[in-house]
Amino acid sequence: MSAPVLEPLPVDAEVDPAARKRPTAREVLSDIASGGPLRILLAVFLSLVVGSLLIVFTNEDVLDTLGYFGARPTDFFGAAGKAIGEAYAALFRGAVFNYRADSFEAAIRPLTESLRFAGPLIAAGLGIALSFRVGMFNIGGQGQMLMGAAFAGFAAANLSLPWGLHLLVAMAFGFIGAGLWAGIVGLLKAFTGAHEVIVTIMLNYIAVSLITYLMRTPVLHDMDSGNNPTARAPQPTAQLPTILGQDFSLHLGFLLCIAAVFVFWWLMERSKLGFRLRMVGLNPDAARTAGVNVKAVFIVAMVLSGLFVGLAGINQALGRTGTFGPSIDAGIGFDAITVALLGGSRAFGVLFAGLLFGAMKAAGPSMQVQDVAPEVLVVMQGLIVLFVAAPPLVRSIFRFLPEPRVVVRTSAPKRSLRATAAEAPATQAPVAQVDTAQGDGAGDSTATAKKESPL
Amino acid sequence: MKLELRGITKRFGSLVANDGISITVEPGEIHALLGENGAGKSTLMNVLFGLYHADEGEILLDDQPVQFSGPGQAMTAGIGMVHQHFMLIPVFTVAENVMLGHEPSRFGIIDLDAARARVREISAKFGFDIDPDAKVEDLPVGAQQRVEIVKALSREAKVLVLDEPTAVLTPQETDELMETMRQLSDAGTSIVFITHKLREVKAVADTITVIRLGKVVGAADPSASTEELATMMVGREVELTVEKAAARLGDPALVVKDVNLFDHLGRKLLDEISFEIRAGEILVVAGVQGNGQTELTEAIMGLREKVHGSIKLSGMELSHAAVRHTLDAGVGYVPEDRKKDGLVAEFTVSENLMLDRSVSGPFTKGLNIDFAYRDQFAADAIDEFDIRTPDGETLVGRLSGGNQQKVVLARELSRDLKLLIASQPTRGVDVGSIEFIHERIVAVRDSGVPVLIISTELDEVLALADRIAVMYRGRIIDIVPAGTPREKLGQLMAGVAA
Repeated sequence: MSAPVLEPLPVDAEVDPAARKRPTAREVLSDIASGGPLRILLAVFLSLVVGSLLIVFTNEDVLDTLGYFGARPTDFFGAAGKAIGEAYAALFRGAVFNYRADSFEAAIRPLTESLRFAGPLIAAGLGIALSFRVGMFNIGGQGQMLMGAAFAGFAAANLSLPWGLHLLVAMAFGFIGAGLWAGIVGLLKAFTGAHEVIVTIMLNYIAVSLITYLMRTPVLHDMDSGNNPTARAPQPTAQLPTILGQDFSLHLGFLLCIAAVFVFWWLMERSKLGFRLRMVGLNPDAARTAGVNVKAVFIVAMVLSGLFVGLAGINQALGRTGTFGPSIDAGIGFDAITVALLGGSRAFGVLFAGLLFGAMKAAGPSMQVQDVAPEVLVVMQGLIVLFVAAPPLVRSIFRFLPEPRVVVRTSAPKRSLRATAAEAPATQAPVAQVDTAQGDGAGDSTATAKKESPL
Repeated sequence: MKLELRGITKRFGSLVANDGISITVEPGEIHALLGENGAGKSTLMNVLFGLYHADEGEILLDDQPVQFSGPGQAMTAGIGMVHQHFMLIPVFTVAENVMLGHEPSRFGIIDLDAARARVREISAKFGFDIDPDAKVEDLPVGAQQRVEIVKALSREAKVLVLDEPTAVLTPQETDELMETMRQLSDAGTSIVFITHKLREVKAVADTITVIRLGKVVGAADPSASTEELATMMVGREVELTVEKAAARLGDPALVVKDVNLFDHLGRKLLDEISFEIRAGEILVVAGVQGNGQTELTEAIMGLREKVHGSIKLSGMELSHAAVRHTLDAGVGYVPEDRKKDGLVAEFTVSENLMLDRSVSGPFTKGLNIDFAYRDQFAADAIDEFDIRTPDGETLVGRLSGGNQQKVVLARELSRDLKLLIASQPTRGVDVGSIEFIHERIVAVRDSGVPVLIISTELDEVLALADRIAVMYRGRIIDIVPAGTPREKLGQLMAGVAA
C-alpha cells in the first residue's frame, strides 16, 4: 500500500503538450489501422508514382537512352513515357479489361480474374481487420487459412453427401478448423497473457508442418498419387460452383466473401457484440469497468477473426477442381494484413483494398509480358502500406491537405447555474471553426471536434 | 530574475485562448495565476516555454526580449517548470533524475558523484531532506515534488513555474511546499504559482493575477477575501457549499465488513475495512490519494480479484460478484480515472452513454443496438446534464474534462440506482459544473440511495458528507461526523489517529 503516486491523474481541459503521454503501441496501431479514404487514395497515387520510377529504371530501352542522355535527353523521356504507359496499360489489360482481346468474354476475363483473386483477400482481410478493431494483431492468417482449407478439403474429399449439403458441410468443417486454430490464440492470451503476435507466428509454423505432414498421410493424401504432399481434390458436390458459366473461373466463393463484408459491417457497426468488441479494442480498462468480460472478448474475437480468415481458406480449397498442397494459402494470410491496414479495418475499406490487391495479383502475368518485373507490383503494394502507415509523411508531401479541424460550439445554456455574463459572448457565436491541431488543449472548455481529420 | 509577459495573445483559429495577457513577475516574487480549468493558464505557460508561438506579444527576461522555440531554451534561460504530473523516472534514483538531460560527465562517463553532490548542495541550501540515492518510487509524493524542484534549481532556474503543485499533496505537505516556496522567494527565485485553489493563493502569494476565459480580469491582493477571489475567477458569486437538507436516513444498505485485499506480491492494499452506509446517506471517504480508496471502490465493484471479507448491498453479497453482476444489482460507478476507466475516448458521446448497458435493456434490440433509443437518450442526457457538445456523434475525447465527467455522471445517474459510488466526482471540472454535480449527487441521496464518495478535496468532502471516513495506508482510521474541522481531518489524513 501507499506506493507513491506516479500514475497520471485524470485531469482536465488544459493539456500540456510536452506532458502529453506518448502514444501506446495500441494507439499507434489503431491510428494506422483507421486511415481515412483520402490518405489511402493518396498512398495509392504515391505508390504509382514510385512504381513508375521502378518501371523506368528497370526498362532496358530506357536504360539504353541513358547512355547518351547528355546528347539527346528527349530520347530518355520518350522511352520512359513509353515504358510507363505500356506498363500501366498492361496493368489495366491484366486486371480490368483486355481491349486487345478478340471476344467480349476474353476482354472481361481479366476483371473476373481480379475478382477471383480479390475474394480470399477480402475475407482474410476482414478477419485481420476484426482483430485490429479489438486491439489485437492476428498475424496467424496463414495458419488459420491452412487449417480452414485442410478441414474443408478433408470433408470435401472424404464425405459423400448430396450436392449442396456437401458444400455446406465442407464449409462448416473449414470454419471449425480455422476458428479453433485461432481460438487457441484467444485462449492463451486470455488465460496466460501470451501475446497474440508470438502465438500466431508460432501457430503458423505448426500449421504448415502439421498440414504438410497430413498431406503425406492417408488423412488428406491420396496415397496412389505420388510422394508430394497434396490433399485430395474436393468431390464435385463440394466444389464452389462457378457463377458466370464455364468460360470463367469466378466461383461462388467470391459472392460469399462479398457477403462476409456485409456480415462484418453488421457485426462491427450495428450489433451489441461488435460494440463490446470495439470497446475492448479502444479501451479495455473502460470495457472491464463497464462489466465486459475482456478475456471472453479476446477469445470470441480471435474465433471470429479465424472464421473470416477461414472463409479465405475454404475459398481456396473448394474453389478448385484439383488437388492442393501446403502452399494453398498463397501468401494471402500475410497479404490480408496489408489489406486490413489499407482498408482502415472497416468493412468497405477492406472490400476496396481487397479488390485493389486482387487486381494487382491478376495483372502480374500481363505486366510480365510487358517486361515489367512482377516484383514491381509487390513493391508497389508494400509502398501503399508504407504510405498509409506514415500519415505525417503523406501529409508533408501533400501540403495542401487540411490539418485536423476543430469545431467550437457552446450549447445554449439551459439552467441558470452557468448562464453567466462571461459566457454570453461565446454563446452568441454558436459554431466557430478553428484550424488547429491542438484539440481540447486549446484552453476553451467547449472546444470540440466534429470529425476526425481526413488523414 | 524579472519575468514579464506583455500582451500575449494566442489564438487557435477563432478561439482566443490567451487574449492580450500581461503579467510582470518581480524578482523574488510569488506570483499566483488564479483561474478555473480552461481559463488559459496552461496555454500561457506553453507560450512561455516556447511550445506555442504567441500570435502577439512578447516575453521579457530582465527587460530583454526573448523568444524560445522549446522548453530546452527556456530552461537554459533560467526558467524552470514543475509539472502537475511529475516528470520523474520512478526506478531511477534522485540524483539520476536530477541530472537527466544534462548529465555531468568525466571522460565520457556519467559522473554520478557530481550529480549527488549537486543534489546535496541544493537540498542543504533549502533545508530539504533528500537522499540523492533514494529511488524516486520509494519517496512520498511531497518528496517527489521536491525532487522536481531540485531538478529545476540544479539548472539554475531563476524563475520557477509550479503548475497546480498541490493537487497531489496532503494538507501538511501543502504547508511544507508553501514554506519551500517562501524560502525560494527569499533566496531571490521568482515563482509563478498556477492554481485554482483560493486558500493556497491567499496563504502564499505576494501578487495574484486572476485569469478568466483567456483574459486577465484583474489583480488582487492576498488580503482579498476568498469570496472576492472566487467571484473574480468565475465571474459570479459562488456557493462553496452545496445546499442540502438534513439526511433522511434509512436502514443500513451497504454493509462492508472486514474487507482485506492483497496485491499480487501479497502486500496489503486494504486492511480490515468495515463500514456501513444507510439508505439516503452520503459517506465520503477522505484521504490523500493512494491510500487505498481506489482499491476500495474497485473491490466493491468486482474489479479486483481475491477480495476477502463481506460486501453486502441490501443483503446481497457482492464481494465475489463479477462487474456485470454488480452493475446489474443497481450499482452506479463513477470511476476515479474517467479517461482510463470511465470512457472510451474514441467513442461518441452517445456510445459512451450506453457503455455499461450493451448486453440487455432498452439500448438493445435482439442482437442489435437500438440506435433510435440511444440517440434519443443521448439527446436527453446532453440536455439534462448540459453536456457541451455539438451533438451526440462527437467523440468524447474531444470534450473538455468537465463535460466528459458529465457524460459519465449522466450515464451512471440514469440507472435504476441501489448504490452510487463516485470517485473524485469533480476532478478537473470547472466550478460551475462542480456545483451542478454536487446537486445531482445530493438529489440521489435524497431519493433514498446510499452514496459512497471518494474525494481528496477537503472542500468537496465537507460540502457533501453526512459522515466522513478517513483512509490512511489501506485502513479506515476513523469515521467522523460531517462538521469535523479541517485541521482534524488533515491530521487524520496524515495518519495521526485521535
